[in-house]
Amino acid sequence: MSTAPVIVAQDAPPDGVWRRALRHKGFVVGAIVLLVFIVLGFGAPWLAPHDPYAQSLMRRLRPPAWAPNGSWTYPLGTDSFGRDYLSRLMHGARLALIVAFSAALLAGAIGTILGVVAGYMRGRVDRAISLLISTRLALPSLLVALAVLQVAGSGILVVVLVLGLTLWDRFAVVLRTAVLQIGRLDYVLAARASGASHARIMARELAPNILGHFLVVFSYEAGQAVLAATALSFLGLGIQPPEPTWGLMMAEGRNWLMVNPWLIAIAGFALMLLVLAMNLVGDALRDVLTPGERL
Amino acid sequence: MIGLVGRKLAEAALVALIVSVATFLLTTWTGDLAISIGGLGASREELDRLRVTHGLDRPLLVQYLDWAGRALTGDLGRSFFSQEDVAPLILSRLPVTATLAVCSIAVGVALAFPLGIAAALRQGSWVDTLAQSIAALSQAMPSFWSGLLLILLFGVTLQALPISGADDWSSFVMPSLALGWFVFPILLRLLRAGMVETLGADYIRTARAKGLSRRRIVLRHALRNAVLPVVSLAAVQFGQLLGGSVVVESVFALPGIGQLAWHAIQRADYPVVQAIVLFVALIFVAMNLVADLINGALDPRIRRP
Repeated sequence: MSTAPVIVAQDAPPDGVWRRALRHKGFVVGAIVLLVFIVLGFGAPWLAPHDPYAQSLMRRLRPPAWAPNGSWTYPLGTDSFGRDYLSRLMHGARLALIVAFSAALLAGAIGTILGVVAGYMRGRVDRAISLLISTRLALPSLLVALAVLQVAGSGILVVVLVLGLTLWDRFAVVLRTAVLQIGRLDYVLAARASGASHARIMARELAPNILGHFLVVFSYEAGQAVLAATALSFLGLGIQPPEPTWGLMMAEGRNWLMVNPWLIAIAGFALMLLVLAMNLVGDALRDVLTPGERL
Repeated sequence: MIGLVGRKLAEAALVALIVSVATFLLTTWTGDLAISIGGLGASREELDRLRVTHGLDRPLLVQYLDWAGRALTGDLGRSFFSQEDVAPLILSRLPVTATLAVCSIAVGVALAFPLGIAAALRQGSWVDTLAQSIAALSQAMPSFWSGLLLILLFGVTLQALPISGADDWSSFVMPSLALGWFVFPILLRLLRAGMVETLGADYIRTARAKGLSRRRIVLRHALRNAVLPVVSLAAVQFGQLLGGSVVVESVFALPGIGQLAWHAIQRADYPVVQAIVLFVALIFVAMNLVADLINGALDPRIRRP
């Protein structure tokens, strides 16, 4: 019996990736902020100080605790219906995260399939898919999303579908390039020679090697999805009141800009922090997983 | 070069064709046009009559060819509501949105150039970190939020600028700042990366060895090459801003294309929505073509097939 395999396992690459990621300042900061949002958002039903829907005319438009006349009962104040702003912000974080991750996953599935097929098959297939990507880039996604949402109605599922169907281009572009670079390497040719089908090669040989690229684009696109979803709900489409989406909260805060500017400032600040965290994680993953490449 | 122009033109024409089909299907599939003209209360006979008068009873392909054929001659249809021709309607709103897009890119460029050049010259220094941090921050701020913060500062607190409408140049200051602030990080990153690359190139070392001044090297040799991709990106950004300024136009009540589209969407005025989506998409295709040709004209390596 030998103990050699244990020593070999210590130098396996995933370990190195983790260690490099944890030494990357941007990754640590971004990941911690993201984690805080996840805990506060998904823990909102237990952690939020108040019911996010409970209205009261007695306590409308209270300022946050640090401002004059603020109180720690409502740490971030109340909105024009007297609802606790912090509780709404936390519940809104959950909605933002769900929309962001589901939309980015859907977009990732569409974009990855198109990109991998185009990069691997090359030739006519590649030209056809590239045309599809150009078409998608040419269509103004925000206008299209607004037009579809106006007709397709409201609800979180519709928003995720619309965003997923409009945000896939970057996945397709990046993964196509990545597969173009590795699609003719020896191990792929060897798999082909040993009788593996194209589908099997794409799923078994290529997919694991472009996981890094996928994760990088995923973190950026999750941020884009949050921004797009907030813009849509700011305009009043998508998830409807009284749900506490950040976009709706900002739209409502806009009406009280003169009376209580904190409403706009705080929701926007939360949005900025979340997107910033996602972009930071994306930048860090790019440094760690795909060094030397411009994504 | 002629080969490249031909290839790119054919590609653009093909994309334009697919875009027109997609735009047509988008509005046909997402709702019953007869209902949006007649209203939800319309009777069955009334709806049938509307379908015949608007040609909605014909096969889809015939409808598309009719629509696309008219679009080629500049006839983009009529608004369901005001009965106005859509093409002149779009053209009357275009100056506002085009001004906004140009000013926004100017703001983005004005921010990106000094910061990008400084960051590239002192890679890894505090200037570089600062520039990249500002870029990261602005990339995470949606333009409608920065717009509202600007309103809070200049419109409400200082009362220095108008917060809505498009009466004179001062109405464009805040919207352009808000959009330019969002455009700037992409320009900065591209410019910085290009400068870092060209500053490391052999011909820069040669120029340095010849004893040229640092200022001359940076401005005449490095910047000139790094600026190409930025110019073509700016062209593409212009195309994107035409369709992407909806939210900012809504925040500042600017009567541009975005506002026209948004109002049309809210009233299910399909001919207008369709025409704007097509118009914006075609401009994007054209700007992309321009960008490709600029790159091809300036960089001989791209010309090879």
